[in-house]
Amino acid sequence: MTVHESIALTLKVWRQSGPDAPGSFETIEVNDVDPHNSFLEMLDHLNNQRILEDKEPIEFDNDCREGICGTCGAVVNGLPHGPGRGMTLCQLHMRSFSNGDVVVVEPFRARAFKIVKDLMVDRMPLQEIMQAGGYISVNTGGAPDANSLPISQETVEEAMDAAACIGCGACVATCPNASAMLFVSGKVSQFSLLPQGKPEAKKRVLSMLKTMDSCGFGNCTNHRSCENACPKNISIAHIARFNREFLKAAFLGKSSNI
Amino acid sequence: MSYLDAKIPEGPLSEKWDKHRMAIPLVNPANRRRFTVVVVGTGLAGASASATLAQMGYKVKTFCLQDSPRRAHSIAAQGGINAAKNYTNDSDSIWRLFYDTVKGGDYRSREANSYRLAQISNAIIDQCVAQGVPFARDYGGLLANRSFGGTQVSRTFYARGQTGQQLLLGAYGALTRQIGAGRVDMYNRHEMVDLVIKNNRACGIVARNLINGELESHDADAVLLATGGYSNVYFISTNAAFCNATAIWRAHKKGAFFANPCFNQIHPTGLPILSDRQIKSTLMSESLRNDGRVWVPKDPADQRKPGDIPKDDRDYYLEAKYPSYGNLVPRDVASRNAKEQCDAGKGVGPTGRAVYLDFEEAIAREGQDSIQRKYGNLFDMYTNITGETPYKSPMMIYPSAHFTMGGLWVDYNLMTTIPGLFALGEANFSDHGANRLGANALLQCLVDGYFVIPTTLAGYLADNGSADVGPEDSAFNISKQQAKEKIDKIIGIKGTRTVDDIHRQLGKTLEDRVGLSRSEAGLQTGIDEVRGIKNSFWTDLKVPATTKSYCFNLQKALRLEDYLELGELMAIDALERKESCGAHLREESRSEEGEAIRDDKNYCHVSAWEHTADGEGPKLHKEPLVFENLTPSQRSYK
Repeated sequence: MTVHESIALTLKVWRQSGPDAPGSFETIEVNDVDPHNSFLEMLDHLNNQRILEDKEPIEFDNDCREGICGTCGAVVNGLPHGPGRGMTLCQLHMRSFSNGDVVVVEPFRARAFKIVKDLMVDRMPLQEIMQAGGYISVNTGGAPDANSLPISQETVEEAMDAAACIGCGACVATCPNASAMLFVSGKVSQFSLLPQGKPEAKKRVLSMLKTMDSCGFGNCTNHRSCENACPKNISIAHIARFNREFLKAAFLGKSSNI
Repeated sequence: MSYLDAKIPEGPLSEKWDKHRMAIPLVNPANRRRFTVVVVGTGLAGASASATLAQMGYKVKTFCLQDSPRRAHSIAAQGGINAAKNYTNDSDSIWRLFYDTVKGGDYRSREANSYRLAQISNAIIDQCVAQGVPFARDYGGLLANRSFGGTQVSRTFYARGQTGQQLLLGAYGALTRQIGAGRVDMYNRHEMVDLVIKNNRACGIVARNLINGELESHDADAVLLATGGYSNVYFISTNAAFCNATAIWRAHKKGAFFANPCFNQIHPTGLPILSDRQIKSTLMSESLRNDGRVWVPKDPADQRKPGDIPKDDRDYYLEAKYPSYGNLVPRDVASRNAKEQCDAGKGVGPTGRAVYLDFEEAIAREGQDSIQRKYGNLFDMYTNITGETPYKSPMMIYPSAHFTMGGLWVDYNLMTTIPGLFALGEANFSDHGANRLGANALLQCLVDGYFVIPTTLAGYLADNGSADVGPEDSAFNISKQQAKEKIDKIIGIKGTRTVDDIHRQLGKTLEDRVGLSRSEAGLQTGIDEVRGIKNSFWTDLKVPATTKSYCFNLQKALRLEDYLELGELMAIDALERKESCGAHLREESRSEEGEAIRDDKNYCHVSAWEHTADGEGPKLHKEPLVFENLTPSQRSYK
C-alpha cells in the first residue's frame, strides 16, 4: 500500500444527542488525515478511533458516497457541503485542506429541519413538499408510446438541468430565509418544460408552494446563495420559471386556493 | 425437486406471460383494501411495486433505511436502461434482447424469465416517459439511444449519466403520490431485522427504528423484499454504504432458498483504490467504453506519463484480442483482462492496480463539447475524486464488485420458497444468469415492480386469503426477543476491533478467493478464512453501547454478522460449481489459451441453497435449466 503524507486538523464539530437536547461544539484534534480520503472517510476513521477509546462516535448522514443520493451534508466552515463547488460532502476530498487548518462542522440549520443527532437533520418537510405535487399523476399501465410526443433537445436538456436535484437541502441551509425555493422550483421547472407535466401545472405550483410555507420554510428574496451551494449547480433561472408558473396559476388561472 | 418447481407456464415462449396472466386469479378491486402488503426497500423495484400496488387498492406499508425513499441506491445507476423498441432500425426485437440477455448471462438464466424481461421492456420506457423522465433526445425531438457493452445494437435509453436517478425519481414520484393520498404508510429510517412466519406463510416483519432503536411488529398478508444486492460483502464495492444483505439473509435463515450466491459481477470501470482507509469504490459508467480506448504500456517498466507514451508503445489489449467487440466486450471479459494486465505488472497508477481508459481520440473526433454532453458529470466526478481531469489525461480504472446476479430463489411469480414472501429486483436471482447484460438491471427492477408483481401477487392473495396474524402474535414477540438478544450480545463482546476492520478483512479474503478467478484450493482456504474471521467477530468486535438513539456503527455490525455467513455460503457455492461461467473464471476449467470453459453437462442448473440447523451446513437443491429456444454456445467475442 502506498504511503501518503498526512495532515493535521483541528475539528470543531457540533454535538447534540437528540432533537430536544442542548448542543455544543466539541474540539477534536486529528493528526493523521489522509489527503486522498473523502471528508466522510476522514470522519469514519476518526469514529473508528473514538469507538476504540470508548468515546461516542460522531453521527452523520451518508449513503451512496458518490454524490447522487443526497443523503450526506453538513456545513463546513460556513458552507453547505464545504468549500468544493458543485459537489456533495462525500465528494469533498481532504486534499482541499491544509495542515493546521481549523475546520468547523455543523448540521444543516433551518427552522424546518430538526436535528436528529450531531450532524444529522430531519428533512421530512422536503418529502412533504414532494407529496404535495412533485410528480405527474400517471398510473402504471396504459402510457402512450414513448415517442408519441416529440420534445426538443434543448427543452429536455433544460428539464434535465432542473431534474438533477438530489434533495440534499443545502439550498435551504445556506439561504438566509431558510427557503426551499430552489428545491421546489427544480421540480416545478422540470415538469413545466415537459408536455407531460402541463395538465397539472397550475395545481402543482400552488400546492407545492403552499406546503413549503406550511412546513416552515421562508420565501425567496433573491440572495442567490442557493445556486452557489447547490452540489448539482442548479440555477436560480428555475426559480424565475417557478415564479412565471405561479403567476400564471394564481392570477391568470381560475384556481385561487393559495 | 418438488420444492424447486419454477412454475413456468406451458406453451410457446412468446405466449407464456400472456397466458399466465389470463390463468392467474384476480383480486376484485373492492376486496384489495382488505390485504396489507409489506414492501421492504424503495429502489426501483420497491418504489414501483409500492406505487402500483397502492394505486390498485392494496394497503401498502413500505420501509426504507434512509431518511427518504428517494435515496435508495438505484439512484446511482448511471448508464441506461434497455428496451426492444428498435427506434434505431438496428434489427432489434424482443427476441434479440432476450437472446442477448441469455447469452450475456452465459446460459444460466431461465428462458421464460429473460423473455418476459424483454417483452415488458417497451412498456417500461412508455411508463417512464409519461412520468416525466427526461430521457436524452435527438434533434428531431424523438428519444435517443446509445449502444452498451455486450450487444451490437443501440437500444439503451439514458438521461445523461444519471439514468438511475431519473428513473428512481419517476418511481419515487409515483410513490409519493400514493403516500400523499394516504394509500402507502411510509416508514423511513427503518431496517427489517426479521421475517415473521406463521402457518407456513410470511405474515410480516420485525423492523428496527434506526432513530430510537425500537423493535416494531408489522403484520401483513404478503411480504415483498426489494432490498437490492449484496456486493458490499466485499467491503469495497460500488454499492452505497447502506446497501446490505440483512433482509434477504434473515429470510434465507427462515427458509427461503438462496440461489447462485457465487454469481456476482465485478465491474470493469471502477476507480482504483487510492487509500487504505477508503471504504468504497466509485463506478464510472461502462458507457464510457463506447468512446474510451483501454490500454496499458507495452513495457511494464515504462514510467512515462500516459501522454508521453507514443501509440506504438501502448497495448490496446482489448481491441487486439477481441477485434469485433473491442472495448465493448462484456464486463467480465473486460474485468478479467484488466486484472491479467495488472497481474502481469503492466498496471498503471500509484498502486499498479489500474489500466487507462483514454478519450483523446474521441475528443479529437467529436470535440470536447460532444464528449462533455455525454459524460460531463462522470468526468466531473472523476476529477473530484482523483484531482485529475480526463479531458487532459486518461482515466484510470480498475474492476470493482458491482452487482450480484445471485439472490433469493424465486419462481416465475417472483415468490420465494416461503409462501407469501416475494423477492424483486437485484434481491432475487432470476433474470440475469451468471452475468448481467449492461443496462438490464434498471429494466429488471422496473419490470418486476410495475408489471410482474401486481399480477402474480394477486394470484397468491386470491388463492390464500388473509394471513390473519396480528402484531401481538407470539411469532412476532419471539422474533423481537431474538433480535434484542443478538444486539445485546454484540454490544457485550467489548473487544478491540472495529466493524470496518473486520469487514475489510472479510472483503479482502472474498476478493482473493471468491472474486474474478477461483480455484478449488483457494476456495477451501477461503472457507476456513471466513470461519476464522467469523470467530474474530464474536470475540474481538467493539461497538458503542448505543441502543436507544441513532448509531451507524451498530447497524454496520448487525449487517456484518450476516455478511460473514453469506460470505461462507458464497465460497461453498463457488467450490461446488466447478465450471467457468458468466462473470467468473474457474481456474481448473479453461482452455489452453486461458479462456473460460463452461460445463453444460454438469452445471446447467440453478444452485439453490437451503439453510439448515447450525452445524449441519447448507443443503444444495438444483433447478435444471432447460433451453427449448436457444442453443447454449460458448461465448466468443473475438
